[in-house]
Parts: sequence; C-alpha cells; structure tokens
Amino acid sequence: MSGSAASLLLLADGRFPAGGYAHSGGLEPTVAAGRVRDVETLEAFLHGRAVTTGATLAAFAAAACGAFGEHDDALLGTLDAELDARIPSPAQRATSRGLGRQFVRAFGAIGPKVPLDRLGRSPHHPLAVGAGACVVGLDRHGAALAVLHDSVAGPVAAAVRLLHIDPFGAYAALARLAPLVDDLADTAVLDSLGDAADLPARGTPLLDIAAEDHAVRQTRLFAS
Amino acid sequence: MRAHARVATELRTLSDGTRRSCVRTLRAEVPLVPRITMAKGPEPWAGGAPEVARVCLAAGAAGPVGGDRLHLDVDVGAGSALVLREVSATLLLPGPEGARSCTVTRIRVADGGTLVWLPEPLICARGADHVNDVRVDLADGARLVMREEILLGRHREASGRLRQRTRVRLGGKPLFHQDLDLGTTDARSPAVSGHHRAVGSVLVVDPEGAVAPQAAHRLSGEAVVLPLSGPAVLVAALAGDNLELRSGLDAGLARLGPPWSPGRAGSTPIGAEAAQEASHVR
Repeated sequence: MSGSAASLLLLADGRFPAGGYAHSGGLEPTVAAGRVRDVETLEAFLHGRAVTTGATLAAFAAAACGAFGEHDDALLGTLDAELDARIPSPAQRATSRGLGRQFVRAFGAIGPKVPLDRLGRSPHHPLAVGAGACVVGLDRHGAALAVLHDSVAGPVAAAVRLLHIDPFGAYAALARLAPLVDDLADTAVLDSLGDAADLPARGTPLLDIAAEDHAVRQTRLFAS
Repeated sequence: MRAHARVATELRTLSDGTRRSCVRTLRAEVPLVPRITMAKGPEPWAGGAPEVARVCLAAGAAGPVGGDRLHLDVDVGAGSALVLREVSATLLLPGPEGARSCTVTRIRVADGGTLVWLPEPLICARGADHVNDVRVDLADGARLVMREEILLGRHREASGRLRQRTRVRLGGKPLFHQDLDLGTTDARSPAVSGHHRAVGSVLVVDPEGAVAPQAAHRLSGEAVVLPLSGPAVLVAALAGDNLELRSGLDAGLARLGPPWSPGRAGSTPIGAEAAQEASHVR
C-alpha cells in the first residue's frame, strides 16, 4: 500500500469528526428485532455485513479514489448513480449522503489543501472517503480498507452500548474478522478496476427493512 | 443441457383499425418452452384486455440441474404489452458432478412497452448451486412489473446456493442493481436473510410517475415498500414460507394503487394504456 499508514489511521478512526460514531450500521434495529443478542449473533451480523455492504462500499471507495486522482468527474458521477441503484432503502440512501456531506465538511476543515467540492454537496459516504483517501496520499487499497473497517468497527462500537455483552468479547469478534477484511479489501481493489456497471451490488434484505424500521422509531440511541 | 429460448412482441394495427400486442417471435428449446396462453387467473393490470399478449413458460424437463445453461431472451416491442408467466415453480437441483447451473434472462422493453413478468418461485434444493442472472434494459418510456420469489430448500430441507443477480437499467442509466447470495452461512447472517426460508421482491417501474409513493412504507411481517431513487418502487419481503411471502408482496403491491395493485376492480388495463400511449407517439 502506498501512502502513509498514519493517513489511513486518521481516515479509519471512528473518532474522526464526520459523525460516523452516531451510526450503528443497522445494528440498533437488528438488536431491537431480537436478531442480535450476544457475541455469537453479533459476529454473524458483522460477517454478513462485511461480505455484503462492506464489500460493495469498499469497491466504490476504491473506484472513487482512482477517479478522483485521475480527475475523472464523469466517472465520479457514474459511481454516484450506480451506488444509488444499489441502495434500495431511502433511509439508507439518506444516511449515506448525510455521512458523505459531513465527511466533506470535516475534511475541508481539518486541513488537506485539495477540497472535495468536485463530489457535490452530498456525495455518498464511500465516494467521499475514497476521494479523501486519494487526497491524503492513499491508494485504492487504503480507501477500501478504511471503508471496510468502518463497516464492521462501527457496529462493534455500537454493540457495546446496545447490548449487555462483554466488550472484550465484542472486540474479539472484530479481531477474528481481520483476515476477512484484508481479503475483501484486495477483492474490492480488483473489482474497482473494471466497469462501473459491474461493481459489486451485494444485497442485504434484512438491513433494508431494518433501516426503514429505525427511521420511524421514536426512541433510538443511534441515527442509523 | 444448453437451451436458448426467445419471446418477442410487437404492436400491430389490425384490419378493423384496432391495435393489439402480438407475439412476433416464439422460439422454444427444451426445457424452456414458451406458449401463447389465455389469462391465467385474475390480471387486474391487464383487465383481460385483448391488447395484451400473454405467454406462459412451461418446463420441458426437470431442473435446471447442475451443469445446465439456460438462456431466455425477451423483447417487448414499442407500445406493446406482454404478460409473461410460468406454468409451475422451478426446482433447482444439483448435477451429478457438482457443476453450477445458470439461467440468464435478457429483457429489453422498447419505448411505450410494458412487461409484466411474474415467474413462479425458484426452489433451491439441497446441494444445488445456481446463478440466476437477470438483466433488464428499459427504454425511457417503458414500464415493468417483475417478481422474484426464492424458496431456500423444499419442505424441511436445507438449501443449496443460489446467486440471484438483478440489473435493471432505464434509458441506459442504472435503476436497480442487486445481487443476493443465498443459502450460504454468510446469507444466514442477521444482516442478510437470517433464518427466513423465503425471500422475494416485486419491482415496479413506471417512468410516468404513477407508481412512486413519496415515502417508504413498512408492512406487517418482514415486508417493506421502498421507493428507489428513480421512478420505481421495490416491494421486498422475507418470510417463513411461500404463502407468507406472496401475501407480503401482494400487500406491498396493494399500496401502489391501480393498475399495479392486485385484485382491485375498475383499474385501467395497462394494455389499453400502452396502446393509447403508442398512438400518441406515432
């Protein structure tokens, strides 16, 4: 991987001030529905999310990293439309664009001299992260890793607050996913080099439903 | 086994001046046997209109079994309407050598055309490994109703693996892309399909905008109506069995109103509308 490891840590840090810490990646409604109850079911949730949503978003982040570096604005527009077609839930589309907007704002405020304005006001989150990765000198692999890490680390951080489970057990589940996350990042880079129409589109029927449940819930800890 | 079947329709003006959708091409190759049929059960969206062409796909052999490669082409000509159904559910079976089977369906709907495609469930038997690849290209003014129902295993049977790939483009732009990899340990994740044995959806595309509800709507059970970012709505459902799945999908369609909702009297037949639209165009 080219680019600095410190830059990757900055982007992948859950405390990066772009609002990611307010989201559970669909875990909160899944817990509410009784489908995740303990470390074992949490691990199954994380595994399923990594190979579906994680893999898809990582490929888009990698493709956006490449397109931003090559000043290919037409491709960035195509990626935006292709990703829209892969997110059937309006609540999830809104979440993705909300997080993308916050990322662009935070990124512009914290320093790097190349603004992400070319992405538009509310880009999808993985496109914003991919472009941000490019600006801080990371390559497609770094962009994919940051998004994949976020797709599983976000729900783990939320799990510790949503469930009465052993935090060490929850993070042990995350640690066991590390080899999978590495594999998926490699695959995402290869996927990102092909035609935008052929990027992965892994569906998550239960998360689509959960997202809409959560959007209308009165009392909730996380935004999604 | 390899087979390639083809169905194509066009809008014709008859000698008495009326317009009707006619089947232009009907190419069968076992096990894909399309037949021109009468209406199968109530068709509120077609209203029994003669303007609609109806084709039913019959299975001329068991399967697909592992190793089979089936290809179906569907071409709906400008202004014409086709209701494409199936005689029976499809049972996906493993082959003798563990090879993967694959069905590729390529659909094109020209401007002003309407396709109502209501296949029966795909039942994924234990040991099966199937790819069901569906690509739909809709012209700017084309309409679509497309149902997918997947049953993971027969009664009390473990499921094989089924990769369902759906790509729908409208006017050359992406509208709905979704790949489901079902029947695997990953798919049983509470993020994907959990313990549900039936997974399905109905996609309704209507560029005239008559279809889109403004907000998502949660139905009872695990079913939801999702407005896509384009002029289309996806009804998605998971259930314990096929009956529950079908009722979830029907409840979603009922939310859309005529002519898409099932079992509602007095709706405008889409065939008539399509013919009317075509007469405006020409």
